[in-house]
Amino acid sequence: MPPTPTAAESREQIEPLLSVRDLRVVFELEEGTVRAVDGVSFNVRAGQVVGIVGESGCGKSVTMKAILQLIETPGRISRGEILYRQNGARPRVLDLARLRPRGALMRALRGAEIALIPQEPMAAFSPVHTVGQQIIEAIMLHASRHPDGRSISRHDARVMTIELFRDVGISMPEQRVDAYSWQLSGGLRQRAMIAMALSCRPRLLIADEPTTAIDVTTQAQILALLRELQRKYDTAIIFITHDLGVIAQVAHYVVVMYLGSVMEEGPVDDIFHAPKHPYTKALLRSIPSLYGETRMILPVIAGALPHPFNRPPGCPFHPRCDLVIPHRCAHAVPRLVPVGLQQQASCFLYHDPAEPA
Amino acid sequence: MISLAGENVPPLLDVRGLRKYFPVTRGFFRRVVAQVRAVDDVSFAVRQGETLGLVGESGCGKTTLSRSILRAIEPTAGQVLYRTREGKVVDLAPMSGAELKPLRRDVQMIFQDPFGSLNPRMTLLDNVGEPLLVNGMRSRRERTERVAGLLQLVGLRPEFMHRFPHAFSGGQRQRIGIARALATSPRLVVADEPVSALDVSVQAQVLNLLLELQSRLRLTFIFVAHDLSVVRHISDRVAVMYVGQLVELAPTEAVFARPRHPYTAALMRAVPVPDPRIAVGDAILKGEVPSPAAPPSGCYFHPRCRFAQDRCCREAPLLREVSPGHFARCHFAEQLSLQAA
Repeated sequence: MPPTPTAAESREQIEPLLSVRDLRVVFELEEGTVRAVDGVSFNVRAGQVVGIVGESGCGKSVTMKAILQLIETPGRISRGEILYRQNGARPRVLDLARLRPRGALMRALRGAEIALIPQEPMAAFSPVHTVGQQIIEAIMLHASRHPDGRSISRHDARVMTIELFRDVGISMPEQRVDAYSWQLSGGLRQRAMIAMALSCRPRLLIADEPTTAIDVTTQAQILALLRELQRKYDTAIIFITHDLGVIAQVAHYVVVMYLGSVMEEGPVDDIFHAPKHPYTKALLRSIPSLYGETRMILPVIAGALPHPFNRPPGCPFHPRCDLVIPHRCAHAVPRLVPVGLQQQASCFLYHDPAEPA
Repeated sequence: MISLAGENVPPLLDVRGLRKYFPVTRGFFRRVVAQVRAVDDVSFAVRQGETLGLVGESGCGKTTLSRSILRAIEPTAGQVLYRTREGKVVDLAPMSGAELKPLRRDVQMIFQDPFGSLNPRMTLLDNVGEPLLVNGMRSRRERTERVAGLLQLVGLRPEFMHRFPHAFSGGQRQRIGIARALATSPRLVVADEPVSALDVSVQAQVLNLLLELQSRLRLTFIFVAHDLSVVRHISDRVAVMYVGQLVELAPTEAVFARPRHPYTAALMRAVPVPDPRIAVGDAILKGEVPSPAAPPSGCYFHPRCRFAQDRCCREAPLLREVSPGHFARCHFAEQLSLQAA
């Protein structure tokens, strides 16, 4: 659990490291415009693990790509801010949404300050270079770009890589550093990927479904490793997943997304034990548990995820919601309103009924 | 509770000593240098109307096992005894294609990927109706009627039958796949990870459908999955595989209340529980699954087992009945007091 910030604690704890505000990402296609991310806001504080959870098409991966400025055409950020607080000699707040994707500043941030752990390490590593070469290259490249201007020799970078491999629990790191990605097992490959992501000591780590392609016992190892490294380096992590179990185990703060919008967000305990949004509640009810009764009919969410071109008007969840308010939910989009101490939900059930829709 | 599995019903399927080895060849002459023991001496029985959950991590042989039972591949050794509608027991393992043909309609499969398993150039009528055509239903009118009934059975509108698969969502496609598997009125359905590609909100719908169809049609399921909470939810009995072998086989309640094999217990503890107040234990299984081409000596699990003794690296344990109906492949199954959570 994250410590509750007190007045005595530094700016570091109070000011968010990353603040996504009213972000909108659109894809302009011949068939029409898809609003993949539609007005998403959330904060990430230093050393905090923020979990973004949602089903396919909820916009969680597009949000991640927007932060890293990796949206490919025909997609673009059409509105909103991504405020990143940079430390160092000249502390400043950068709006990543305004930076040129291929500009020097964005390229200096990517990998060095904001690193990514992708879902498929097999696809992320080059098969024709050893994993060591790729990590050494990243270390040397970012060191040469560093404002302090000190460069790192290939030998030193190699020593650092071996040390990183040891850190992420790769046995025989001196040998494994010269292995190709296809010579490693899924678990080792993901560990090597984590080593690469950590190689420049990033302040923010974005983990995009890092354990989805991995078996459950290896997943437990990787999650434990991430928790341990997070504590050790005090890195902030945005953890993207569709797995509610994984979110419950790693996140301090949870953002629940559906069709490009935030449905609910709050501390992990509130989301799992006092969910407020009908979507969060329904989602939690529909997963079979390891403890409940077996072979029972599970409560389901009616209907299916709509096609992105057929986004329902009003609240995106209203056609599937069992608490839908007639004449209201279909006509207007609810705002995120406070429903707890640090918890917010975007639902008309928690709006002032007198408020005009 | 929906459960049709009685204790005294003779088994519908009785697998005995099933093995499937894949040769590893090397050099110009394709010399066989090793054998990958994908399925290594597996025995179990499935009663009519029950669901047997088959769990294990990737590479444990669960897919090879189910494909051997379906006779999509030829087993290396062992018997697959199937009790036909007439009550005759036949061994599917050595049968030729022609001999298998009349039995194919009895044993069907539901696939994992609802996007890859339907022909995108065929309408639902042709996709779902193809097994009927293959099995001799020549009249198109008859097939149309049957497909309409099948679509209704799985909760889809019969009007959809003239559409193509791309018009449907993942959950709907999985329903179409189920309709196709049921087209020939099978008795045994092997479902290979049928819900793992689906979104959480849709997964529950498909699980409910499978439970409902089972009680309505008296189906027998072999449910292959890696998600333990799903397997626990749907199965009457659970079989756990590790490196090609069954390490535990028991009624669902028993195996989750008191697993008898350390691997089963470790597998259960590794599941991330969707409750932040229940922390996944720190007793995390170390190391990785060994290769079935070069399994360890003795008990295949001993290098990763917390309780391993000298005996475990020398002597391979047998799958034996530890308590009535509860089988485990561990020398110390009685002594260990394991906990699932």
